[in-house]
Amino acid sequence: MAHSLLSGNEAIARGAWEAGVSVAAAYPGTPSTEILENLARMDGVRAEWAPNEKVALEVGIGASVGGARSLVTMKHVGLNVAADPLFTAVYTGVGAGLVLVVADDPGMHSSQNEQDTRNYAAFARVPMLEPTDSAEALAMTKAAFGLSEELDLPVLVRSTTRLSHGKTLVEPGERVEVPGRPYAKLLGKYVMMPGMARKRRIDLEQRLSRARALSEDSPFTFEEARGSAIGVVTSGVAYQLVREALPEASVLKIGMTYPLPEQRIRDFAAKVERLVVVEELDPYLMSNLLAMGLIVDDAGLAHIGELTPGVVAAAFGAAAPETRDPMEDLPARPPMLCPGCPHRGVFAALRAMDAVVMGDIGCYTLAALPPLSAMDSCVCMGASIGMAHGLGLSGGAEGRPVVAVLGDSTFAHSGLTGLLDVVYNGGVSTVIVLDNRITAMTGHQDNPFTGRTLQGGSAPEIDIEAVCRALGVADVRTVDPNLLKPTRTAIEAALVHPGPSVVIAKAPCALLTKERPDPFAVDEEACTACGECIRLGCPALSRDGTARAVIDITLCVGCRQCVQVCKYGAIQRTGAACDIGGSR
Amino acid sequence: MTITTDDAAVQAVTTVMLVGVGGQGTILASDVLAKVAAAAGLDVKLAEVHGMSQRGGSVDTVVRFGTQVFSPVVDPGSADHLIAFELTEAARWLHFLKPSGRLVTNSRTIAPLPVLIGDCQPSTGIEAALDYEGAVFIDAEELACEAGSSRSANVVLLGAMSVGLPFPVELWREVLAGRVPPKSVEANLAAFELGRRACERGACEL
Repeated sequence: MAHSLLSGNEAIARGAWEAGVSVAAAYPGTPSTEILENLARMDGVRAEWAPNEKVALEVGIGASVGGARSLVTMKHVGLNVAADPLFTAVYTGVGAGLVLVVADDPGMHSSQNEQDTRNYAAFARVPMLEPTDSAEALAMTKAAFGLSEELDLPVLVRSTTRLSHGKTLVEPGERVEVPGRPYAKLLGKYVMMPGMARKRRIDLEQRLSRARALSEDSPFTFEEARGSAIGVVTSGVAYQLVREALPEASVLKIGMTYPLPEQRIRDFAAKVERLVVVEELDPYLMSNLLAMGLIVDDAGLAHIGELTPGVVAAAFGAAAPETRDPMEDLPARPPMLCPGCPHRGVFAALRAMDAVVMGDIGCYTLAALPPLSAMDSCVCMGASIGMAHGLGLSGGAEGRPVVAVLGDSTFAHSGLTGLLDVVYNGGVSTVIVLDNRITAMTGHQDNPFTGRTLQGGSAPEIDIEAVCRALGVADVRTVDPNLLKPTRTAIEAALVHPGPSVVIAKAPCALLTKERPDPFAVDEEACTACGECIRLGCPALSRDGTARAVIDITLCVGCRQCVQVCKYGAIQRTGAACDIGGSR
Repeated sequence: MTITTDDAAVQAVTTVMLVGVGGQGTILASDVLAKVAAAAGLDVKLAEVHGMSQRGGSVDTVVRFGTQVFSPVVDPGSADHLIAFELTEAARWLHFLKPSGRLVTNSRTIAPLPVLIGDCQPSTGIEAALDYEGAVFIDAEELACEAGSSRSANVVLLGAMSVGLPFPVELWREVLAGRVPPKSVEANLAAFELGRRACERGACEL
């Protein structure tokens, strides 16, 4: 087959498919999301969105125990959620091959923290492969299933943003049809009560010693000899940076980073005068090499953020190339809520009410920025509800209203247990579910509340109101957040309710709305430059030279939110953008 | 296994950087470029970022092609071509362009949030500064409307970019037609052609 240009995520999906994977589960998370989206379109695979990563991994473990090769994917913080099953799945081992792909986000392009999943591999004792480009992503994912079966262990494949969302040339292969293995009831293997777990703990060490032997022989680890002055030990995308930045250096590229091929590292170290490590994020290889008693020179590379070839070259003494000075005094361009975003109405109301807003993970986190400035926290998926309850207990809000705000998908992910806690402990929190009918930030994935599955099937459209009532919340109401006054009225009514309350702000994501009504324009004579519409923070609205509002009709989607805040009737419907030549 | 490669290959890599505002279609344009380079038989790497920045934030995509490409990411002063979909972003990323590099920019500007809400004044003199740096200006939205869809401004800029790159026009058209929705092929090919012609007219010296 000819070469194809594939992203790391596409290549991982292809590799899993070629390995004969038949069950896959995931929760979306940048930069991992597209793996399952791609796999879902391939034949012979059942691919599902799970409500969260823990459930996804449990589905994968179950499918593996049942004899099907299984793939589970997530972003780095997802593994925190899925850590519980992972740490015991290494004890039980697998039925058929079980591969877990975790995508780290060095530099936090779209994440709340930086984590180096290599630490999890060592912590949980899961063999780990680290691809350096899409071709290796395909080959390693494909090989990981066999490795998993050979070792009777789940196998981790670690990606990073530059692998997952970089595209390189790949030569795809054919799918291997792997017959399902028969299910066997094996109490000593799958029932991890203390007596059995103690035996599996010892067995685990034997499986890991086989893994160490395989790591020594891994075809994904290779040595490039280019002279003995500098020897670089590296893995993952950092290998590519080393090749670019240090063309004279000898390189040991490690493909299996847990367990490490210690003998090959020692052999390499013996051949070079100066042994250095180049790795992104934590000093994982460095710590291991030092613990092996090797003398490693510290190149002084940062353990924060992404590396670039220039940063690597500079650490080894290269002069910086001639560059222009960065242009000064440019306005920053933070991301912002889209024109017509239904979240805007909720946050405009919360700002007006001077609420203390415990926030969550989603597009709506952008409402923390001016001019809405209506979110006070963002920690992890589902944290808003527990934090609002705790903040209420602290008394720190001093009479200001306290609310929790989270999206529909986040609510399904880990909001339900938080709400249960509020009800159980007699809390009075008001929870606002921003139900935009989709998992938006990661690029529009379905979830248990949308009525559709990953592979396009229909699903029961689970009713959020009914779920909240079933959890014991008596005060539940639904409102259209594009209607600003009713939205504020609903939130105010929920706040005065003496027990826990839920407001479901239900309107589809503006990017899902197919119909696009004609845009609006500002009547210059009627506008008094009061600035109310500007405070909505809509990308289509700005002030002209005289501080009056102007609407960029190429961006306006006709949502009418600004029309509702204008006291002077100055915002009027106009014609489609191209009819009047676009706006300047 | 011991591998040796031709290290001179690193020298023969072309780096194209596409910058703009999330939602402007930089990803589609860079994907077409990368596929064109691959179809021409070259090694290619493309680096893009999805997720939060796509919601109207500053975005950059890097496409590198040559006999053998290693790093997907680049440093200031290393791009051979900078294609800006918006004026302020052209200025923001200009220092990534090699001193001898080529700059093509949309002549339109999109006000970022701090400017929209009046927290920050719009920058003045960007156009003049970019003109001094030898920029080729393209009014992508106007040409896109002329081609039949205001949404194909990214393809107008792709057309302008193509003038400076060593690939035949037939290859660009073929890859583009295969990459956009079937019913928009005609409008996109028209937008590509208008961008290409505008760049040829607009003193796109190479």
